[in-house]
Amino acid sequence: MSASQTKPHPQKLLVIGVGNEFRNDDAVGINVARKLRKLNISAIQIMEDTGDGAKLIEKWKDQDVVVVVDAASSGSEPGMIYRFDAVKQKMPTQFFNYSSHNFSVAEAVELSRTLNQLPKRLVVYGIEGKDFAQGNSVTSPVKKAAEYVLDIIIEEFRTKHSSVQNPH
Amino acid sequence: MSKIPAKIVKVDYLARVEGEGGLYIRVKDNEVKDVKFRIFEPPRFFEAFMRGRDYSEAPDITARICGICPVAYQMSSSQAMEDAFGVEVDGQLHALRRLLYCGEWIESHALHIYMLHAPDFLGYEDALQIASKYPDIVKRGLEIKKIGNELMTIIGGREIHPINPRVGGFHRASFEHELKPMIEKLKWAFAASLETVKWTSTFNFPDFEYDYEFVSLRHPEEYPITGGRLVSNKGLDISVQDYEKHFQEIHIEHTNALHSEHIGVGPYHVGPMARYSLNFDKLSNKTQKAAREAGLGKQCFNPFKSIIVRSVELAYACEESIRIIEQYKRPEKSFIDIKPKQGTGRACTEAPRGILYHRYGLAEDGTILDAKIVPPTSQNQKTIESDLYHFVKKNISLPEDKLTWQCEQAVRNYDPCISCATHFLKLEIEHE
Repeated sequence: MSASQTKPHPQKLLVIGVGNEFRNDDAVGINVARKLRKLNISAIQIMEDTGDGAKLIEKWKDQDVVVVVDAASSGSEPGMIYRFDAVKQKMPTQFFNYSSHNFSVAEAVELSRTLNQLPKRLVVYGIEGKDFAQGNSVTSPVKKAAEYVLDIIIEEFRTKHSSVQNPH
Repeated sequence: MSKIPAKIVKVDYLARVEGEGGLYIRVKDNEVKDVKFRIFEPPRFFEAFMRGRDYSEAPDITARICGICPVAYQMSSSQAMEDAFGVEVDGQLHALRRLLYCGEWIESHALHIYMLHAPDFLGYEDALQIASKYPDIVKRGLEIKKIGNELMTIIGGREIHPINPRVGGFHRASFEHELKPMIEKLKWAFAASLETVKWTSTFNFPDFEYDYEFVSLRHPEEYPITGGRLVSNKGLDISVQDYEKHFQEIHIEHTNALHSEHIGVGPYHVGPMARYSLNFDKLSNKTQKAAREAGLGKQCFNPFKSIIVRSVELAYACEESIRIIEQYKRPEKSFIDIKPKQGTGRACTEAPRGILYHRYGLAEDGTILDAKIVPPTSQNQKTIESDLYHFVKKNISLPEDKLTWQCEQAVRNYDPCISCATHFLKLEIEHE
């Protein structure tokens, strides 16, 4: 195919839902990913992850556009939505959560930045949780916030996707 | 009341440990008065909710205890059931289990060495700071870890909480053509691991040794991973069946995790240093040579040097994986048939951070009547407190910030998995 025949190719989107489905509100990222999967949008690739930072870096380093949804625990109002354009801005330190044998989304973003392994575009949504005890029920403000984040992800994707498919 | 100022070192939340915990050390009149390694992560009652479940569910349920060492839980639980039912998994199925377990050792050891423990020795807060100065070293660690994860994905179906292992073997045995492409990657990982041994051996280590009772498995033919007898450097040599005759768990007020002790003896040490010191002769020639060149003897009693020992085991796991894959012939049947029967089954395997004991009482139809799970971090808790007591005693004159730093480091020597043990870490050193 000659260069003149090349059509603009829509960028694929990778959405990564991070969390632990057995820790109540910590499941919010996983739930967003699962709802998105049900919508069966072929250009959106969905991944669920427990938040293994090393694995996240591996998954997103060669991608164009990546959205990560994770629960946050910064002490603010439950259901509060944080949105970080991670390529442009540093992740705030209160979202860092090292453990003895794991490191999480915020550390993975910053490590990726240091190692020049960020995708072209990376948006991280953090939804403030309330209850991180064992269990599988997400609290009401967190559920509501998850619906809102899901809508934004789809809306942003459709806007960009349609502009690529229907160039003016 | 003494007027001499006392010192209290507090680390409210120890970083780079898994789960929620803290450390409190009180020093008075230049003497260590109290050391408490507290685990306040709530208990998860896994043993209780195993009751009434079918035996076949144990590997999948117990794997959920830990996202880093799920294979260890799957292997100990499966083998305990097989013990109860009189089944032995050997040959290529055993080899495949050992290979899956090597994958877990590789990813767990690489993560701990590079991302969590190395910053302590290089004077950095975290791996991010190492990465900004030595990006290639951090990339090397991440690449080794990734290879371990790949191995787990191929054999286990996915790297976290693998779904393929089952009591009796696997739901599906890997094909040779799925595993062979890993050989070249593992050869790279083996070379990179030998470099890791060299790199970690250049770190500065606090001058601290302790006459531990090391406890690990010992197998007549293999470096211990999936089985063997329980031995120690103080004369213990028992069948896994007799574990509870020699070791007990006791409740301690300041922690949510049970403390284990060697009955009549006291604290004991499990994990890479114990395995290495009791099984040096079972390492390969190349890994023995790497250990010697790194300045290690056949035994290691300096817990800070556990990072070198862990690196030696990392290299061993890579080399062993290559050996297994090269000799692997896919078995026709992926599992041994199981016929449940009433009884009790026990098993112990070597999780990355030490021995993991499981015992199940089973009804005639295979229903679990009771369960006991003793993770390595529970077993090391007393030893961690003992290390801190002796380390602070020896280094009491160190400036407070340095002492606090090294106490945190002393805890991380054990790569404690507090989530496993209860089921995060806070450090307090108080000088009264």
